[in-house]
Order: sequence, then structure tokens, then C-alpha cells
Amino acid sequence: MAEEILKVENMHKYYGKKHVLHDINFSVSEGEVVTLLGPSGSGKSTLIRTLNGLEDYQEGAIFFQGTKINPDEKHWQQLRQKIGMVFQSYDLFPNLKVIDNILLGPTKVQGRNKEEVESEAHQLLAQVGLEEFANAYPRQLSGGQKQRVAIVRALALHPEFMLFDEVTASLDPEMVRGVLEIIENLAKNDNMTMIVVTHEMNFAQQIADRVLFLEDGNILEQTPADQFFTDPQTDRAKEFLDSMDF
Amino acid sequence: MSWPIIQQSLPMFAKGFELTLWLSFIGILGSIIVGIVVSMVRLFKIPVLHQLASIYVEVSRNTPLLIQLFFLYYAFPVIGIKLGAELSGIIGLIFLGGSYMAEGFSGGFNGVPKSQVESGKAIGLSRFQLARFVIFPQGFSKSVPALAANIIFLIKETSIFTVIAIPELTNTALDLIGMYYRSNEYLFVLVVAYAIILIPLSVILTYLEKRVRYGTFGN
Amino acid sequence: MAHSGINVLLEGDNFIRLLGGLWVTIKIAFTSLAFGLVLGVLLGVLRTFKNRLLRFVLRIYLEFFRVVPTVVLLFLFYYILPRQLNFNLPANELATFVFALWVAAEMSDIVRGALISVPKHQQESGKAIGLSRWQLYRYVLIPQAFSLELPATINLATRVIKTTSILMLISVMDVINIGQQVIEANNHTYPNGVFWVYGIIFLFYFLIDYPLSWWARRLEKKGLERENG
Repeated sequence: MAEEILKVENMHKYYGKKHVLHDINFSVSEGEVVTLLGPSGSGKSTLIRTLNGLEDYQEGAIFFQGTKINPDEKHWQQLRQKIGMVFQSYDLFPNLKVIDNILLGPTKVQGRNKEEVESEAHQLLAQVGLEEFANAYPRQLSGGQKQRVAIVRALALHPEFMLFDEVTASLDPEMVRGVLEIIENLAKNDNMTMIVVTHEMNFAQQIADRVLFLEDGNILEQTPADQFFTDPQTDRAKEFLDSMDF
Repeated sequence: MSWPIIQQSLPMFAKGFELTLWLSFIGILGSIIVGIVVSMVRLFKIPVLHQLASIYVEVSRNTPLLIQLFFLYYAFPVIGIKLGAELSGIIGLIFLGGSYMAEGFSGGFNGVPKSQVESGKAIGLSRFQLARFVIFPQGFSKSVPALAANIIFLIKETSIFTVIAIPELTNTALDLIGMYYRSNEYLFVLVVAYAIILIPLSVILTYLEKRVRYGTFGN
Repeated sequence: MAHSGINVLLEGDNFIRLLGGLWVTIKIAFTSLAFGLVLGVLLGVLRTFKNRLLRFVLRIYLEFFRVVPTVVLLFLFYYILPRQLNFNLPANELATFVFALWVAAEMSDIVRGALISVPKHQQESGKAIGLSRWQLYRYVLIPQAFSLELPATINLATRVIKTTSILMLISVMDVINIGQQVIEANNHTYPNGVFWVYGIIFLFYFLIDYPLSWWARRLEKKGLERENG
């Protein structure tokens, strides 16, 4: 059994009186790829955001590499360099060049040597086919290119695992493939541990080891991926898969 | 309207013009400094100072400059602080302008999209690094139109200095009218003088607003 | 402590007189706002029309009132109306008149800004169901623009109230003018009176303007939240 990297125990989240996450329990082991699936508004994004301290929670606990996370901003700030996250809206910093977007975290947060990080950054950019854009500004890039840079920006910190929140949802269909391939390579070749929220069912099926199916803030089932896509355990998941029609 | 009368008055107006510009310059500079400090205190939510800053902003924005000046110039000597007219004017203008500038900067900082702040956090930036690398560079450019509008506003407010007899433009005109009873000429020069200062600024402001609205920064 | 300064406010009818002055201030502020806002809405609507000449003239009107400081506007009308046009108004009414024109200019810009930011498809769907131009403004554009422009309108009101402080310059018997009289009349008995009289006037202005600013800010915040979903 591989080592457990992340564990969530009895987590509840409320927005005011609204109960948005109900008793969430799951864990992720090293090298595992978990996808969160479910209809819009099921709480997938909220859940993945709690795992990087961008949303708070009122009950329960998150354990990172066996240690309970102290949910205050200071501790999260220390942890975030180990937990990479990529968002739907890419959000490169428009005031910085592509290369400076990538260097910011490693040099300022981790205090690493600039030359060393720079050569690594160029290598990473080359891997995603964007070597020649190092000195461009984000506004000169297409959506798909920005998203690839955003992934590189997260990887440059050498995270222990990665969170992907609907990273292809705002991309043109022809851009989606390139981004998904990068994530897939990351999973297959680099054995990166990751949690992925997505609407791309084909992609989820290809990449996932395990699926968490959410509805209305509840985890309805946790099933190995091969089983989930052929023989889901709950009727709701069946209906969901039928409606996705992939 | 008599041209010779206008001509004769021009040297006096030139002095008033110079004084208006000088007081505006000092006042605006001071306001920007106070504004930056106050908006930082609010951005970082520094305890105690943060609350004091809020009180300052509310008091400054919700009372007229004229009363602020009367207080500084007439009431302060009673408690032993004698400032003189020009110093009262400058302090009053900075007291007023500091809060407007602070709101301008805060508006720019708050205008930085939440998702930008989150992706800064996601790569582990501390609060100060977040401010330094994400919020300031983007926020300052967003606050430029508000700052330009405040500059115009503060220059116009210097006309209120006339109530404590600082010989700036408006005071010069009112004095001349009082002495020679020729209102048309002096008011004409007065309006032209303000137009010379403010119309170029107003044009620049319109340009800046358009630039920011249409976004020089893509995502 | 026989002559502690604060007592200047309690001496005789001083406080009542100050309140009377405040009432004059408030009356001028609200009357000019009432007239100015109505005129400003009208001008703002006109500024969204296609007629270039009309738009140009209204733009000049706006820019004039925006560039010239209010103190100077006040004196322009104070001297020029009676001397050139032989049109004599009591100071209170003159002030109300000037302020109303100023408010109208500022308001026209607020209204225009709000009208053009109502989404285009709203206009088109209005036209699609056969509304006339007047009906389009009456039922679709103006109601939607109203909530967009409300915070700016309230802020304009706070500015008008603050700006009434300059009315003392043309001898309107407003709260500041009365205050000066009170200070002078009591100068011997209360040399510290100036502190308390200006202090209370300061407080008066704050008490009127602060709730309005607070309301405007709350509306702005709500508007932003709605925008961000």
C-alpha cells in the first residue's frame, strides 16, 4: 500500500445556514489520481478549494502526510507550495512575463537560486511546447497556452500533489486536448498524485484511478474508476453518466 | 468688458495662479502620501491603526473643507496651535485629500480579481508578497482614474482657501472685485485661469478612464 | 470652570439659532437637489440620443459646471445675474438656483453612464416587443439604470450638503454664518467659544452626511455582490 498523502475526515462546510458540504471522508495515496465528478452545484469545486485553504470549513479535519492541518492562513501559506493548484480561469499575473509568472513562487516563496529555477522553467515550458513564449506577456497568449503556463507555474514549486479545478472549462474545444495531454503525462509518466475536478468524462475515465461522485455536497460513492464508468453503484451516478452521454 | 482692466490685473492673477498651483501641488503630494499609507494600513488590516484609519476616512469625507479650515485656522489657536493661513490651507487640503486618495487606492486594490489573489495564494505567496507582486502592480493602474479625478477635485477645492484669506486665484479675483467693482473682467480672468489648469487634466482623465475601461491588461 | 467654552452653546438661544441656520442649510441643499435631480435625469436621457448638436451642447454645459469650482460658479451668478441681466434674487434662492444647475450637470453624467451600461440586449428585447422609444426609456432603461446610479446619486447629495458650507460667502444666513455671529457676540465671555461652535457645526455636517455615505456604500457593495454572483 502506497503512503497516504491526504486525508479528509468528517468535514462539514456551511455558507451561513446553508450546509454545502456534508460529512466528507476520503483519502488519497501517493501516485493516485482521484477525480471528483457530479452535476453542477454538487460541491466539487468547493471541496477542492478547501484542500488548498481557499475555503474554510466548520467541522472536521484535513490531514496532509499524516499531520492534521491547522486551518489558519499562516499554516496554509506554508503548505500551499507543496499543494499545486490550477484554476478554471488560469489567472496568470497580467503584469508579469510568462517566465516571471513561473519564477515568482520558486524564487520568492522558496528562496531558490534564480538561475537554477530559470533553466528548469525553460525546460518545463519546452515540455508543454511554449519555449518561445517565455518573454511574452500573458495577454499575448491564447487561453490554452495560458492554461499550460499556469500548470508549469504550479509545477515549478515541486508540489507533492496537484489540484486541478475545471481547468478546461473555459477553453475552446480545440485547445482542450493539449491541456489534458499535459495532465495525463503528469499522471502516467511522473506519477504525480492529483485530484481533478472535470466535466470531460472521457478524460476522467482515461486518467482516474478512483472516482468520488458528489451530489448536493454529499459523497454518494467512491468507486475505482474502471468500475464507476461501467457499473456505478448508485442510481444517481447511473443517471449522471447517462446524461453526460460520452 | 474692458481689455485694459484685464491687462492691468494680470500680474496679480499671475501671483494667484502660481499660489494656487503651488498649494495644489503640495496638497496633492501630501494627499497621495497619506492615501498610500492609509490604504496600506487598511489592506493589511493592521490592528488599531486599521480602525483609526476608518474613522479618519469617514470624518474627512463627510465634513466640508471649509469647516476643516475654520477649525485649523480659527479654533486651533485657542488651544495654543497657531498655524497661519497657508499652513492651515495645506494641512486642511491634505486632511481632506488623504481620505479621497486612500479610497482611490483601496478601490484599485479591491478591483484586483479575487481569482488573481487566489492563484497568488496557491503558489504560496505570503500576505506581503501577495501585495507586492500581485495586488500593487495591478491595483495601482486600476486606481489611476480615481486618482486623476481626485487631483482635479483637490485643485478646485483650493478655491475655498479664500475664506481664510489665502491670496490664491479666487481670493485674488474677489479682492479685485471688492476694490474696483468690476466683476465681469475679473470673473472672466478667473474662469479662464481655472480652465487653463483643469481642462488639460480633464482631457487626460477621460483618456485614462477609457484606457482602464477597455483594459490594457488582458487576463 | 465658570466660563468653560462649551457653555457658549447653551447660553441664551445660541443653540436654537444654530439649529435654525442648519435648517436653512438643509432646505437649500434639498430644494436644489430636488430640482437638479429631475433636470439632470432629463438631460442625461437627452445625452443618450443620437442628435450630435444636442449632445455637444449638453456636454459643454456639463464640462463648464465641472471645471469651474463651485465657489466661482456661485460668484458668477451672484454678480452677473443682477448686474448684467437685472435679475435680482434673494441670496437663498440664488444659491438654490446655482446648486440646482450644478446638480443637474453632474446628474446628467451619472444618468447617462447608467443608461449606456444597461445591457444592449435589454434594449433590443424591448424593441422586439414593439415598445416605442419613450416606452423603452420609461419601462426598461430608466428603471434598470436607477439601481445602477443610486449610489452615485447619494454621493452627489453628500457633496451638495458639504458644499452648502460656501453659502456664507454670499451672506446666506446658514449654519456657519450664524456660528460666526454667535462666536463674535460671545467672544468676551467665552474666548474658547470658537472651538465649540465650529466643533458643533463640524458634528452637524458629519451627522447628516455620514448616514448617507454609509447607505451609498452599502448599496455599492450589494451591487458588486450581485455582479459577481
